[in-house]
Amino acid sequence: MKPRNWGFWAGAAAALALAALAVATVRNEYYFFAAYVVIQFVVLATAWNILGGYAGYVNFGASAFFGVGAYIAVMLIKATGVPLAVQIAGAAAVGGALGFGVGLLTLRLRGIFFSIATVAITIILETTVINWRYVGGATGIQILRPPVMEPFDSYTKMLFIAVVLLAIVAVAIARYIETSWLGRGLRAVRDNEEAAECAGVPTLKLKLMACTVSGALMSAAGAPLAMYQSFVEPASAFNLTYSVSALAMPIIGGTSHWIGPVIGAILLGTVQQVVTVTISSELNVLVVGVLLVLFVVAAPEGIVGLARRFAARFRKRES
Amino acid sequence: MFSLDLLRDAIVFGLLVGCFYAAVSVGLSVAFGLLDVPHIAHPAFLVLGSYCTWLLNGYGLDPIIAGIVLMPPFFLLGMAVYRFYYETFERRGSEAGLRGLAFFFGVVFIIEVGLVLLFGVDQRLVEADYIGESLTIGDMRLPLRLIVAFAVALVLTIGLSLYLSKTFTGRAIKAVAQDEPALRLMGANPVRIKQWAFGIATAATALAGALLIIVGPVEPTTDRVYIGRTFCVVVLAGLGSMSGTLVAGLILGISESIVLTLLGASWAPAVAFGLLLIMLGIRPQGLFGR
Amino acid sequence: MTEPLLKVDSLSKSFGGFAALSEVSIAVAQGERFGLIGPNGSGKTTLINCVSGALRNDGGSINFAGEEISRLPAYQRTRRGIARTFQIPRPFSSMPVIENLIVPLEYVAHRGSLHTADTRAEAMAILETIGLADKAQTPSSRLSQVELRKLELARAMAARPRLLISDEAMAGLASNEVKEVLAILFRLNESGITIIMIEHIMQAVMRFSQRVICLDAGRIICEGTPESIVRNLDVQRAYLGA
Repeated sequence: MKPRNWGFWAGAAAALALAALAVATVRNEYYFFAAYVVIQFVVLATAWNILGGYAGYVNFGASAFFGVGAYIAVMLIKATGVPLAVQIAGAAAVGGALGFGVGLLTLRLRGIFFSIATVAITIILETTVINWRYVGGATGIQILRPPVMEPFDSYTKMLFIAVVLLAIVAVAIARYIETSWLGRGLRAVRDNEEAAECAGVPTLKLKLMACTVSGALMSAAGAPLAMYQSFVEPASAFNLTYSVSALAMPIIGGTSHWIGPVIGAILLGTVQQVVTVTISSELNVLVVGVLLVLFVVAAPEGIVGLARRFAARFRKRES
Repeated sequence: MFSLDLLRDAIVFGLLVGCFYAAVSVGLSVAFGLLDVPHIAHPAFLVLGSYCTWLLNGYGLDPIIAGIVLMPPFFLLGMAVYRFYYETFERRGSEAGLRGLAFFFGVVFIIEVGLVLLFGVDQRLVEADYIGESLTIGDMRLPLRLIVAFAVALVLTIGLSLYLSKTFTGRAIKAVAQDEPALRLMGANPVRIKQWAFGIATAATALAGALLIIVGPVEPTTDRVYIGRTFCVVVLAGLGSMSGTLVAGLILGISESIVLTLLGASWAPAVAFGLLLIMLGIRPQGLFGR
Repeated sequence: MTEPLLKVDSLSKSFGGFAALSEVSIAVAQGERFGLIGPNGSGKTTLINCVSGALRNDGGSINFAGEEISRLPAYQRTRRGIARTFQIPRPFSSMPVIENLIVPLEYVAHRGSLHTADTRAEAMAILETIGLADKAQTPSSRLSQVELRKLELARAMAARPRLLISDEAMAGLASNEVKEVLAILFRLNESGITIIMIEHIMQAVMRFSQRVICLDAGRIICEGTPESIVRNLDVQRAYLGA
């Protein structure tokens, strides 16, 4: 294994070990709840960035994919009671198919049409779910959760570990795409699609790949929600906050590097938790919106970009 | 229970509402169709216009008068927004697309939440002599407010269309959409023209916002369902086609009305988006697009 | 008689009601230096857009190395050996100069086997022949006009083409820069690459081409050696509008 891969996997193992340690020692369930929400956003933001940051196609419908993931998980539990891993896999499969479908329909057109189509998908899916009695319509479904698996003593802790694992997988995938020839091709598409096509890059195929992977991971992020709440309803599963956050976190963190969405998710997710608890959830969305606009205007390369510039200036002063 | 009468009512209703949808979308037709600005925040400005109308109505001003009074300040707002957008995003190049889009998306949420914080989540209505009354033609009862909105909408849409094709500035706006370098060579400043155009689009949206709150109650999240309707109309019409906007609005109005009659209100929001996706799939340049 | 490398038959392309190309037929032989001239708006760029795949032709056929390619997407035509430069340079602006070349190297030349070490060395070699080696790490967004034109050519070369279409690579350059670019094109041709050159700089076209075609309003009005073209009355009329 190459030395820089070493570093990444060592870090991932350390993060997992830390999470396991926390589960074994920390008593207060609230921390795991808060951490769950934040790390769920790490997955969502990382997934969004694969298409948004690397290829330059802005998805406004992250909540659609997220909601689909939650509902697929619920349907699987209701129909067959399969374990969490299968629910996540099922959600990812459907999310990937949805991403592929939307991509096939709109990635041939200009970027903004793709974005509007993602809004359309969100509303259409939400409307469909509201009108569909099998999945509970507007009132949602309640499911009966089986007793928690060994060695965990609560669902909160088990799902926390699950989402940590999911985050590691998502970041690993994003990192692989970014540093490989795939990432280079996507960047070429983002910089100048026509020139990329003439340089031999199969632009549509790459965009579809990114869209499918992004969709699959976003739906996977939503799957554990079913078991978490043991209750799923359209208003919360398809909540627009997911769409705004999935977009704002990578932009604030930095879209050019896989660590950007992670930083953005941890920072913004924590801020959101604090604001929701101390003030209100309305102000939550306002804060996200304001930060998004601020960063897009003043610091378009995000925190990663600011860090790079700071490091460059520091290096200049040293020499 | 399906009857010809019901269908006729649906179509008439659809025509009235459809014209209103056209008026609501002309601003976007100019901003996005002609000026290529990814103006996702257009419906948010629409709802902002509605709330301003509601405020003025509270002082006893007739909503349509209020809408007209709001046009100059909204015109200036539009000019300022475009200037800011141009300086921050359009100048910079390739990354601008993603960032411009994200910017307007952020603006949508800021406006929406701002309205919630200022006015709360309740629905707001306006009062006027023609709201609450109905006109009876044959065995149809048509709400007067819809007829008033229809009339004003027609004037607004046709007026803007004529402005763009008959006046000098209007044609300059169309020209800048088609061939900016040529315009520059003729000595005109494209940025100034685009700024003016965006101002006009926003002013039109102010009046449309007044119509919106005349037609029905408005709340801060109303913008979301209008993202679908306005973009549906603009895409259906074809980018850059003003006359197409009226036809597209009517098509949407009638389709929505029929779905409403057959399937009920809970499916109505999906109609605009469904039409939009179908259009993008089979004929992305729209019915009349260039 | 050997098959021409590129054979275009009765090519037509319209935009709405406007016919940009009407029944254009050309044949370019393997290793030839082919010139394409014509006043602005005559359809030159439309023609190469159709050949390279940026546009779909409405009628006619395009045959490359014995294969009908008019239904293929652009990237597949590049993989079969057609490369082009853009009139207004389109660099991958987020990448340094050398990475601009690695894209076609990875996606065309080395599709089966990707070893980063090889592609970097190869990219450097191309940059050396074109005179941009010292700018390898420079962000491509910071290059001068002539450097951007060279980058366009270098990127096309990295795709290991059999046919290179150069679209007004010398427009707006100073005369010594024109000589530089012309020399590069001559060298490429000597290594076996067929070249179609679109240019307005007459002395460059005439010096470079073995055969020239003149387009006007979407049709071919003249075809022959550079000398015969210059003397042709139709060509003069097209350019001067007599």
